[in-house]
Amino acid sequence: MGALKQYIDFYRTNSAEIDANSAPALNALRQKALEALDGKELPHKGEENYEVTDVDALFAPDYGINVNRRPLDVDIAEAFRCDVPNMSTWLYVAVGDIYRSSRTAGLNMPASVIVGSLREAAIAHPEIVAKYYGKYASLDDAHVALNSLLAQDGLLVYVPSGVVLERPVQLVNIMNAAAKIMAFRRILVVVEDGAQARLLVCDHTQKVDEDCLASQVVEIYVGADATFDYYDIEETGVHTHRVSSLFVHQEAGSNVLVDGITLMNGTSRNDYRIDFCGEHAETRLLGMAISNGDQHIDNHTFIAHNAAACTSNELFKYVLDDNAQGAFSGKILVAPDCPKTEAYQSNRNICASPTAKMHTKPQLEIYTDDVKCGHGATVGQLDQEALFYMRTRGIPYDDARTMLMQAFMSDVIDAVRLDNLRDRLHHLVEKRFDGSLALCRDCGNACHNNSLNNKNNNK
Amino acid sequence: MNQDNEKQNEKIIDGAVNSDYKYGFVTDIDTHVIPKGLNEDVVRYISNAKGEPEWLLNFRLKAFRKWQTMKMPHWAHLDVPDIDFQDISYYAAPSVKKGPKSMDEVDPELRKTFDKLGISLEEQMRLSGMAVDAVMDSVSVKTTYRDKLAELGVIFCSIGQAVHDYPDLVKRYLGHAVPYSDNFFAALNSAVFSDGSFVYIPKGVRCPMELSTYFRINAAGTGQFERTLIVADDDAYVSYLEGCTAPMRDSNQLHAAIVEIIVEDRAEVKYSTVQNWYPGDKNGKGGIYNFVTKRGLCRGDFSKLSWTQVETGSALTWKYPSCVLSGDNSVGEFYSVALTNNYQQADTGTKMIHIGKNSRSTIVSKGISAGHSQNSYRGMVKVLSKATNCRNYTQCDSLLLTSTSGAHTFPIIDVQNESSVVEHEATTSKIDEDKLFYCNQRGISTEDAIGLIVNGYAKEVMSKLPMEFAVEAQKLLSVQLSGSVG
Repeated sequence: MGALKQYIDFYRTNSAEIDANSAPALNALRQKALEALDGKELPHKGEENYEVTDVDALFAPDYGINVNRRPLDVDIAEAFRCDVPNMSTWLYVAVGDIYRSSRTAGLNMPASVIVGSLREAAIAHPEIVAKYYGKYASLDDAHVALNSLLAQDGLLVYVPSGVVLERPVQLVNIMNAAAKIMAFRRILVVVEDGAQARLLVCDHTQKVDEDCLASQVVEIYVGADATFDYYDIEETGVHTHRVSSLFVHQEAGSNVLVDGITLMNGTSRNDYRIDFCGEHAETRLLGMAISNGDQHIDNHTFIAHNAAACTSNELFKYVLDDNAQGAFSGKILVAPDCPKTEAYQSNRNICASPTAKMHTKPQLEIYTDDVKCGHGATVGQLDQEALFYMRTRGIPYDDARTMLMQAFMSDVIDAVRLDNLRDRLHHLVEKRFDGSLALCRDCGNACHNNSLNNKNNNK
Repeated sequence: MNQDNEKQNEKIIDGAVNSDYKYGFVTDIDTHVIPKGLNEDVVRYISNAKGEPEWLLNFRLKAFRKWQTMKMPHWAHLDVPDIDFQDISYYAAPSVKKGPKSMDEVDPELRKTFDKLGISLEEQMRLSGMAVDAVMDSVSVKTTYRDKLAELGVIFCSIGQAVHDYPDLVKRYLGHAVPYSDNFFAALNSAVFSDGSFVYIPKGVRCPMELSTYFRINAAGTGQFERTLIVADDDAYVSYLEGCTAPMRDSNQLHAAIVEIIVEDRAEVKYSTVQNWYPGDKNGKGGIYNFVTKRGLCRGDFSKLSWTQVETGSALTWKYPSCVLSGDNSVGEFYSVALTNNYQQADTGTKMIHIGKNSRSTIVSKGISAGHSQNSYRGMVKVLSKATNCRNYTQCDSLLLTSTSGAHTFPIIDVQNESSVVEHEATTSKIDEDKLFYCNQRGISTEDAIGLIVNGYAKEVMSKLPMEFAVEAQKLLSVQLSGSVG
């Protein structure tokens, strides 16, 4: 009970250091955040939309927080594990919550574009950060308020009107879990009217011996007729936990793709909130999770149609093995007077072991009549007939199973709008299913990763 | 669509909004109402007035004490005004001293009431071969066809009478499917329930006729707390119908009922409801607050329980007929049409709890929202880890007739094993303009076309109702949406 208190006490005793190692534009939000936390608690298991995930318990351990921004010892080559073949990106690295640029950062980037440490940007361009920072993330959410209270740095991607970024921006988050630490991460993306940008975020953990926790808040502003893609690939370790809240604000005619991929994690809770604030905006929200061992993945989505003629299309897919617990809760809200809305939501899950659990809650709340909305949710197994068909053609049981699971995930991957990343993801998912995902192989923890592939042992 | 058609559409929707409640009449019969308020004395009074045995009084008192510790639930998508539970009279019995032996003994006023409702007892006895237990306010007025049923060993009587005549049976099953501590309204009902029906179908008996109860709230400022208990023993079958109406009143009336169903090995129960309590006037004034707990326990292997409901009335509906499928190979079904108009609010759906292996469930829910109403489907499908090879299919569709109404879907799916398959599908849309146009093109007026489309939309559920009820349900839809439905 009451994990929040230790953080508030921590802030009260260390507020001078926190402010000193951050920037005024970020510090400006802390007092409000503190007020918002008054009388609140982090969500407990069993509360509405937190039916199986205890966020409070995730924050309860006594984690170390790197307030004084001491450089952490990491193998920076880790960042290049995320290299996507044949795709050049502007690469940035965050170690814990300290942001660094790599040698490709900013190379040949249009001069008006700002990408880099939020803290540095807040000092160099305070007007931009002050205008957007904390404007879309709601402090009503206790986790967001806590993050706003303690976050000292982050990544800023600012693309001014009409600028098209040809290469994607890539951020590699590295946690070094040699000690019990936590990171308060922040990402602010501003894509102004008519601009185009893509951001690829990869999460990794080194030395996965101890529990560590990442608290992440992502704010995305997409201006009129702008296009933005956000890919989030979580490939950490079984002791790395993450609580993430993502907020997207879309103006008229904008087009956004958000893809959250959980390949390997401990316990993750991801919130996605999308607000349509102008007509004819479009969103594709995708998610996928492959979980085994005692992993826990909980995605919560909320899409608010506050303007007419917007389209949202949501698809989340899970494969759960061993004792994995999956959860999905999604809500589509169509406010009054938003005709010609189209909103679809789909959640499909495979439970691959007798002890895997799935909890899903797709919801529609609609106050306008001229809409086309639908949702679907399934929990089931691989198609036995397809499996049988493949085996009659001489494909071994294991291979057939892996192929079917890959095929099951393929529509999430195929929606990726970067060809090379799509190929890379197919490859990663294949490796994940056959148990040879590089990081897992190296980690030395017996996380039963091979069990996805060893089903016939039980037969 | 051209302008004329749009105007016509508006007219039709106006027509729907302006349709009046045709069951709004008050029966002028002598009713015995106890003073308002609820305390242990009231509970004791009710128990005493009904001459109940000690164990039942204790059951009521336990429930009452539990209720005092509970708070009114607010999780539903309903805007519930504060209800003053001390401002309600908890018992109102029409002053009929002795149970009538034949139709002639039934109070003529009462019979007129039922005639107005269109469920004339004689008619039903003669024509449809149904046995009717009519519950007005809180006391079961008359159970028809009791003798004929007795020959087969079927017990169909008021629960008050069952407590006297078959205390062992009632004691064995009461509170089994819905414990007194289940929820706020279940506890309230368990403390103050006044009457309801009791049905027991013995082993191997297939009940030859459909059993029916008619509930009606008559006295002003009273709540109705009926309790229905249906037990189908091994290999038995029964189809049970329930209809509800209440007269027009300005103040809101409370209805908190419990329906418990126990289904043993290979038995089957079909429970159909047409709920048409007074929905309030077109400005949302008055109407019934309907908070009902309905649950069936399919505890026998190969048992089957089927809920069918047509919900057109009540200012507020809070109702989730559920199936606990604890028997292996048991089957649960839920078919629902919920129509809301004006300022009505409905939050209704079902729970399917799969505990037995190979259990199956089907949910089909159709919501229709008009006026300024809010219509929600809330459902839960839970498959426990030992319930292997379970199957659920859920479909819930919503139709919006006006831009001021709302349609919402809140399903929860919780699966804890690998061999079960659960599917959920939901759609929300307004009446398809292409379909309307197609009908118009073939010379069908917009009014008739909307009727056709809505009828077709609800057909999947209507077809599950027994014939006599289907006719009434269709009539009800047309009263609620007069001008727009067939």
